[in-house]
Amino acid sequence: MDGGPADRGTGRGPVPAHLVRSGGVRAGSALRDGVDRLLPVHGELRSLLPEGGLRRGATVSVAAATGGMSLLFALLGAASSGGEWCAMAGVPEVGVLSAAEYGVVPERFALVPYPGPEWWTVVAALLDGFGLVVARPAGPVSPVLARRLAARTRQRGAVLLVHGDWPGADVAMRCSDPVWEGLDAGRGRLRRRALTIEATGRGAAARPRSTRVLLPSGRTGPGSVAPLPAAAPEVTVPEGFGAADEAVG
Amino acid sequence: MDPVRTLVVWCPDWPVTAAVRDADGELPEHLPIAVLDAGTVYACSEPARAEGVRRGQRRRDAQAACPELVVVPYDPVRDVRVFDPVVDAVADVAAGVEVLRPGVCATAARGPAGHVGGEAAAAERIVDRIAESCAVEAQVGVADGMFGAVLAARAGVLVEPGRTPAFLAGLDVRVLGRPELVGLLRRLGIRTLGAFAALPPGDVLARFGFDAALAHRLAGGLDERLLAPRSLPPDLTVSAEYDPPVERVDTAAFTARTLAEELHELLLRHATGCTRLTITAVTGHAEELTRTWRHDGVLGPAEVADRVRWQLEGWLTGARRPTAGIQTLRLVPEGLVAHAGFQRRLWGDTGEDADRAHRSMTRVQGLLGPEQVFTAVPSGGRTEGDRIRPVPWGDERIPTLPVDAPWPGHLPVPVPVPVAAAAPPVHAVVRAADGAAVGVTGRHEITAPPATVATGTAAPVEVVRWAGPWPVEERWWSAGESRRLARIQVVLADTRTLLLALEAGHWRVEATYD
Repeated sequence: MDGGPADRGTGRGPVPAHLVRSGGVRAGSALRDGVDRLLPVHGELRSLLPEGGLRRGATVSVAAATGGMSLLFALLGAASSGGEWCAMAGVPEVGVLSAAEYGVVPERFALVPYPGPEWWTVVAALLDGFGLVVARPAGPVSPVLARRLAARTRQRGAVLLVHGDWPGADVAMRCSDPVWEGLDAGRGRLRRRALTIEATGRGAAARPRSTRVLLPSGRTGPGSVAPLPAAAPEVTVPEGFGAADEAVG
Repeated sequence: MDPVRTLVVWCPDWPVTAAVRDADGELPEHLPIAVLDAGTVYACSEPARAEGVRRGQRRRDAQAACPELVVVPYDPVRDVRVFDPVVDAVADVAAGVEVLRPGVCATAARGPAGHVGGEAAAAERIVDRIAESCAVEAQVGVADGMFGAVLAARAGVLVEPGRTPAFLAGLDVRVLGRPELVGLLRRLGIRTLGAFAALPPGDVLARFGFDAALAHRLAGGLDERLLAPRSLPPDLTVSAEYDPPVERVDTAAFTARTLAEELHELLLRHATGCTRLTITAVTGHAEELTRTWRHDGVLGPAEVADRVRWQLEGWLTGARRPTAGIQTLRLVPEGLVAHAGFQRRLWGDTGEDADRAHRSMTRVQGLLGPEQVFTAVPSGGRTEGDRIRPVPWGDERIPTLPVDAPWPGHLPVPVPVPVAAAAPPVHAVVRAADGAAVGVTGRHEITAPPATVATGTAAPVEVVRWAGPWPVEERWWSAGESRRLARIQVVLADTRTLLLALEAGHWRVEATYD
């Protein structure tokens, strides 16, 4: 039955503005993808990632500067607590306790400290079975190899996190200006560290983002990455406070 | 190990037979009968099949194909209850009968064949015995191994010793009963068990996983025991006492579930799975009822719970029900195999991710050697190296020392990353502002504030801030094992932050805060 010109107009007209804004005009499958394809990260790190989480299939590089390992563990933390399996290849120092502070579950965390000269075959095998794979390449990475592993990551729906430089990473992060708080000239102990994290990348991540956070914040789990307090007061140590009985306990 | 010569008794269309026998003559056998589970055909009788009724059909389709179809609801307990006398009949001829599922039971062929005079005679004797004591039709098959014997029973043949692989080779892969794997194999053009068995076993494990490797062994006529059977660890029996005794079916069902979960947890802790389960019940009048169930593959918690529930209900509602309620219930796992492949829980199936991860680790172990792949277990201790214990993937995750002890002297949060245990130690030179080496006195006091730190062969770097020292004294009571060290935290001008330890007069980098 013919609905007349008026009806046809509303039926074929432009999509209402509020639907476009909410992203509501998508296929049902795409909506489901959006939920499933994003792995969570701790609150303070969301602003660094264009989608507010780690997109499955993405490659993220973290520069090997001070704070890099902590940032990698912090990126794994929320997803690992949520049940994802994580693996780490090429990192001989076993920082599992440190990782556990950020919420990484040791039971679901596999380590290949020495993947050998053909480390990429090991990383490729890990991408088949693990949701998040941390890799530290042994030496510079050619763009061809990087593309091949990125394709593997995309196809498997995993997230490849690289400690070091990675040509063509979807998101590239770098930590700078670390300032430790809590100790001074023999007193106190390391408590927390203020750190600036910058992120750039390709596509949606091209706009540089930056945030200054406490990493580690001295707490564990979701609170391990905390916002900087407004005034950022230095932790003052009372005069004559014994160093030894402060930390040992 | 060669597969055991196995004799399998198969009663065709058991759910239908059970329904007919249970109806006591009100359900004539010659009618087309279908047993329906959740609206689809679960089993049907021969006349119904001749009219076009098939397993898995919807009720309406089945009735369209055969309008005079008699429909009976599926009842797993009825199946067990009616099958129990059949098992007893087989047990009259052969010892050690195991129930695979209602309608199918198995026994080692050697015993009955020995005292009756040949496998064919034994098979005949068993069929006769079942027919005269229960008036049920049965078929018998003999082959090497359980899998071959079940298929032989369905075909009603006695496969000669050593001919089982040849017998299996011609069969369709669908008899493996693993729809996902079978679909995959058929798409790869592998249609018979023989073609599947021809694939290299290592590749099958790496590509398709643990369960497929099991199926691959079965297809090749090998025993289902994929890994070496474990010798029985201390005692994996779980049991429960009931006061008042269990007499009602719904109580029994509830009991079965908790006991099954308990057994599963126990087996998980020992990193084993069981392929057989013996259920023993002792009644208030000291009657003992025992039945062994067998499963192709490892029994998960849901499978154990089902079997215990069926068996208990079968006993409590059967014709020869015990004279008193059940007072003690024991589950004895048998046919234990070591495995880490699929460990499922009754609630929430996390098995698939674990299986994928496990498969990929197996592959990396294949590339690098088994000892190159680790997980780590938090452990007790004071130094960063002691507090984490690397365990080769697949080994038991046991901490060296208890984690929850106080461990005075360990560092609080944040925890640094210790230097690799396998790497050579990184020495450090710590100097005061006047260039003198910094030490720690016997009273745990630092001799001078550290001003520069040189690690390894690098040039000295200025110390921005520092804290410490913290002493660690371990095992001072034992001459050979005693350890005494002092640790300081330093923040260096090049942004590195280190935990330095002084032991026997030398500083070294113990861990880094990255």
